[in-house]
Amino acid sequence: MEYLIRFSQSHETFRLPELQALAVLEGIDMEVVSYSLDSPFCIIRLPPSSPPITTTTLARRLIRRSILAMSIHELWGHGPDLASVHAAVKSTTSPLWPSYLSCSFKFTLDSYQGSRTSDQKVSIINSFSYLGFMGPIKMRHPDQEFTLHELWPFNSTPLGIPEPNHLYFTRYLGSSLRDLPKKLDLKKRRYISTTSMDAELALITANIALAGPGKLFYDPFCGTGSFPIAVAEFGAVALGSDIDGRSIRGDGREKTLRGNFEQYGLLGRLGGTFTADLTNSPIRKQELGSDGDGVRGRVFDGIVCDPPYGVREGLMVLGVRDPEKTPWVERKGREMYKQADFIPPRKPYGFLAMLDDILQFAAQTLVDNGRVAFWMPTANDEEQEMPVPSHPYLETLSVSTQVFNKWSRRLICYRRIPDKDVDSAAVKAREERKLVGKTADELNPFRKAYFEGFQTPPATTGTSTPAAPATETPPPN
Amino acid sequence: MKLLTLNFLTCAVKTCKSSSDSFPLHPKDAELASDDVEVNPELLVNLLPRLDWKALKTTSAEVFLPSCIYPLGFPQLPDSPPTIEQLQSDDKLLKDLHSLLMETNLMEGKLVCGVCGHEYAVREGIPNFLLPSHLV
Ligand SMILES: C[S@@+](CC[C@H](N)C(=O)[O-])C[C@H]1O[C@@H](n2cnc3c(N)ncnc32)[C@H](O)[C@@H]1O
Ligand SMILES: [Zn+2]
Repeated sequence: MEYLIRFSQSHETFRLPELQALAVLEGIDMEVVSYSLDSPFCIIRLPPSSPPITTTTLARRLIRRSILAMSIHELWGHGPDLASVHAAVKSTTSPLWPSYLSCSFKFTLDSYQGSRTSDQKVSIINSFSYLGFMGPIKMRHPDQEFTLHELWPFNSTPLGIPEPNHLYFTRYLGSSLRDLPKKLDLKKRRYISTTSMDAELALITANIALAGPGKLFYDPFCGTGSFPIAVAEFGAVALGSDIDGRSIRGDGREKTLRGNFEQYGLLGRLGGTFTADLTNSPIRKQELGSDGDGVRGRVFDGIVCDPPYGVREGLMVLGVRDPEKTPWVERKGREMYKQADFIPPRKPYGFLAMLDDILQFAAQTLVDNGRVAFWMPTANDEEQEMPVPSHPYLETLSVSTQVFNKWSRRLICYRRIPDKDVDSAAVKAREERKLVGKTADELNPFRKAYFEGFQTPPATTGTSTPAAPATETPPPN
Repeated sequence: MKLLTLNFLTCAVKTCKSSSDSFPLHPKDAELASDDVEVNPELLVNLLPRLDWKALKTTSAEVFLPSCIYPLGFPQLPDSPPTIEQLQSDDKLLKDLHSLLMETNLMEGKLVCGVCGHEYAVREGIPNFLLPSHLV
């Protein structure tokens, strides 16, 4: 049977990756029959299910956790005009009609980019009278809801376009978690910073990375905890770390990462937080190529993060920039590092090198088929666009883009390939390649494009600005 | 930080990574706190194959001996890890493992590397793994 998914017409390039991830999560073999970025209507096919689970149940499960889908419906017929919808409904669904003879019901018109007068609405609804439903019409909580969805051309009302391009007649089955982002809204969160990730996008990221009950997730750039909160909301236990301990501690009282978990009643799923540099991480790793059993030595089901983009201060990791020129920095470190207030020195680091480190880290710590999803910025101009980083142990599953005025950011998701399926030629090629570079611009092509190409700071639409790691003044820890 | 996390953490000093004695880190002057968390059998079953059982036994012995939150000592874990089936059918073991990994938090103290002796400070439940430049 075919089903209609009614998407929200926003974050379009995230919709299919989220839906496909949910299909994997629920173990549903879904086929996308028709989908377009310009339309909120998507047709999918589900395989016949085996009792006691009905296909209807599978359809409901498929989107029950979705943020970008709004609802799922049994598709009774569709076509370019009302007559063809009626023809399809009559030819394929008449055996279903008797089941709905006496239940309460409601008819809805869902017109996307267009509108109908009330007279038109009434006559459209009446044109379905052959279905023969005799139950009471109930506007609130009816037993069944039938909808005619209409896809109109862009700007139909001002342009006076008389008819939609395509119509779908459906029976409502279930809804999603479209309202969950409100619960985690940054505006109502106790503790946030300028780089906290918007709740909706954090939840979508968690879905795409398959966060779920019984799983262990990690964010190595956790800041105020947007991703750990999102994965915990979906049932996973979350670990987080950040090079800046202050971002985890907040004000040390109410406004802390932990306080956010408390606010949402998720404390039981906060595994722990610690202060660490991803490039000198204390997390136990498995050497690649050691032919593990797919689990042992690798601990995470998923890694989700928004790494620092290094636009404002440049990106920092532990170390000394120029040990020869400033030998006293290291000397001082040797003498002082055991003192509680010692601040370890930092040096600039490349953005691409950092992305590569994230992928390497993910390859070494994700269980087989575990996922890593991270955000990275890119210029809108194709010539300045940054390549999607790759790693022989990781399969690129999806690239979604959020477009701002002068720049964009992407969410990229990968799957850890089991060792036995890894392409050894790709492993060899990686070993032969080396990332070199010295100045901040050489190290960070996005920063270079940012300062040369677009003179004004990026305008953001509601979500976070390009991340500026809090490294201007080093933290006390 | 839940004690679970200690099973995934080793010394951040690169030269220590190759030595098996850098794991687990040894709690010192540990102050513990205990939370009430709903038992999550799905998580424990999922994590069982990833846990280093020997390290877990070490951690459990080291944190509970000097602490007083379990004055009679923490329930003994079996010497070798249970199979998934054994864990699923043993409510007491599930409960013990749960309170050890998920309900016990390390709040203050130090985590010490068995190889280089580096002491990572833990404050307000947050260990600090940042290193001076001669150790990175
Ligand atoms: C874009 S912010 C992430 C914000 C986070 N998603 C939140 O919701 O608050 C990037 C974070 O990476 C941290 N960071 C910068 N360099 C790092 C490094 N080398 N290792 C670990 N964290 C680092 C910064 O302190 C900052 O908190
Ligand atoms: Zn060490």
